[in-house]
Amino acid sequence: MTTTVDTPNVASAIETVESHLHPTPSWDLEDHAVPTGREEIWRFTPVKKFKRLFDADAEATSLDWAFDVPEGVTVTEISAEQARELAVEAPVDRVAAVAGARSGHRMHIQIPADGDYAEPIVFTATGSGGLARDHFILSVGANARATVIIRFEGSALFAEKSDFIIRDGAQLNLVTVQDWSDDTVHGGQRTVSVGRNAHVKTVTASLGGAAVRLQENMRYDGPGGELESYGLYFVDGEQHVQHRLFVDHNEPHTKSNVDYRGALQGKGAHAVWIGDVLIRKAAEGIDTYESNKNLLLTEGCQADSVPNLEIETGEIAGAGHSSSTGRFDELQLFYLRSRGIPEQEARRLVVHGFFWDIIRRIGVEEVQNKMLERVERELETLEAVKAKA
Amino acid sequence: MSTLVITDLHADVLTEDGPKQILKGVNLTINPGEIHAIMGPNGSGKSTLAYAIAGHPKYEITTGSVTLDGVELTELSVDERAKAGLYLAMQYPVEVPGVSVSNFLRTAKTALDGEAPKLRHWVKDVEKALEGMQLDKSFASRSVNEGFSGGEKKRHEIAQLELLNPKAAILDETDSGLDIDALRVVSDGVNRFAEKGDRAMVLITHYTRILRYIDPTFVHVFVDGHIVESGGRELADKLEANGYEEYTKAAAAAAV
Repeated sequence: MTTTVDTPNVASAIETVESHLHPTPSWDLEDHAVPTGREEIWRFTPVKKFKRLFDADAEATSLDWAFDVPEGVTVTEISAEQARELAVEAPVDRVAAVAGARSGHRMHIQIPADGDYAEPIVFTATGSGGLARDHFILSVGANARATVIIRFEGSALFAEKSDFIIRDGAQLNLVTVQDWSDDTVHGGQRTVSVGRNAHVKTVTASLGGAAVRLQENMRYDGPGGELESYGLYFVDGEQHVQHRLFVDHNEPHTKSNVDYRGALQGKGAHAVWIGDVLIRKAAEGIDTYESNKNLLLTEGCQADSVPNLEIETGEIAGAGHSSSTGRFDELQLFYLRSRGIPEQEARRLVVHGFFWDIIRRIGVEEVQNKMLERVERELETLEAVKAKA
Repeated sequence: MSTLVITDLHADVLTEDGPKQILKGVNLTINPGEIHAIMGPNGSGKSTLAYAIAGHPKYEITTGSVTLDGVELTELSVDERAKAGLYLAMQYPVEVPGVSVSNFLRTAKTALDGEAPKLRHWVKDVEKALEGMQLDKSFASRSVNEGFSGGEKKRHEIAQLELLNPKAAILDETDSGLDIDALRVVSDGVNRFAEKGDRAMVLITHYTRILRYIDPTFVHVFVDGHIVESGGRELADKLEANGYEEYTKAAAAAAV
């Protein structure tokens, strides 16, 4: 089964839609009732799995953060007030609100203006079981250039609130890897602010955990900003992985390109991708494309993929989206096999090819190689299952 | 020395409404060094013949046999048929995103030979084959067929023919969609392969123009799922002058 939606030119189909999918941001816990699962933003979520992340009164620690930052880059502990002051936006859901109000730890990572860092700046956040909450903020000064990698590891019930402020003319390559152990539940909200003429690339890789649900919001702080947002995820039996993208084209002449891809296998594997793009009245001359592709490797898995465009101006350079969910492409396998490549090897090539388009964007060879290894591991799992069948 | 023998081949296309018979008893022997042109109108089943022999998942052989040097191909999987020496240049080559041409070719060559090609020679061989098809060597690092023009896809098929060096090749409308320059480049590639002298080749085509550059040993008229007339290249000249009408009318009359 393959469904594809393509909207190469939506200028002829302008409509004015209230951005109903996005609740009003608020720091006040009272504004974010504990979800029941019937709310629009929670209806794809197995809320039971996230139950403990909704609980604002429970005792929680923070993740254990390890890093070794280069000269000029600073990491500062900050207060709740300071964090609110710095944040791009207030929480939009209960998990982020709890993280915002009750974090055990708040920090501010600062990359100075004009700083030029060729080597990736790596943070490793490790859970050691139990509830953890963090609010962290990354500020990238004007015209700075850096690659930041944030790795999440270990076991945790983790509520995240994070903000990424990229100032004018800066270039940031931000890679986050959710490489949790199998019992982890991770929810939260990440908000990116793209400065005037800044270029931000995000790569979100969700590889492990019982359930991961990330609200990823992007907006612009001036015209000319460019955003590339890539994601990859592997969802195995009983896992739930949800990425909720919201690109708010609130400034003119801004660009966004969103491309998330995932592979699912095993009974109960469930992936959700929500891709919302709002083009505001002021956002003339913008260009956006969002895409989500899911590869269903076995029977019994489910991918929900919902792209949305809300357009309030007709003066745009381009806007489109596509979504496809399907099994192996028979014709691709036939083509490869007709050249003598055995079936298993042909499947390997197709899956590697599917992810390579995302992995190559990471731009950090060591991380790329790790991702390729993970692809290989997924394939081994698949072949083991097929061998048993 | 390679001989491809097709005997009483019947095949169905698998559609949503169930199987539909397309091939209705094809008999053909292609001896080493021979080029057989199969010509026929749209919908006659020419491409089905090519796909069925290669093992396309949408087609099913119901009865009959195809042997290559005595090996029964219809009992083999798609990749085993290729390993037995069969090559199909496809009418619609498939795009495989994220898989580079060089990786694809090396994987195929390794699978066919049972060992990886020597790296130093291989890189040169690939460049030479691409160059021979007037494809820039940068094509080696591009994704298989992705973003290729129609003509580039066809030339890529013939570059593979030269590199993978099969015993028997079926070229399914390789000439369609090619401009006159590309047609000559492709024909030169096919002729280089034919000059090896001992290969069996089937050229499926709709038009006679490729036969200006490639000299067929035999020409067959294919209508309604089987061969209705065979001859030399004079048969192609006759088709050029009169079209397929005489044959399609006869087939329609026979069907009543």
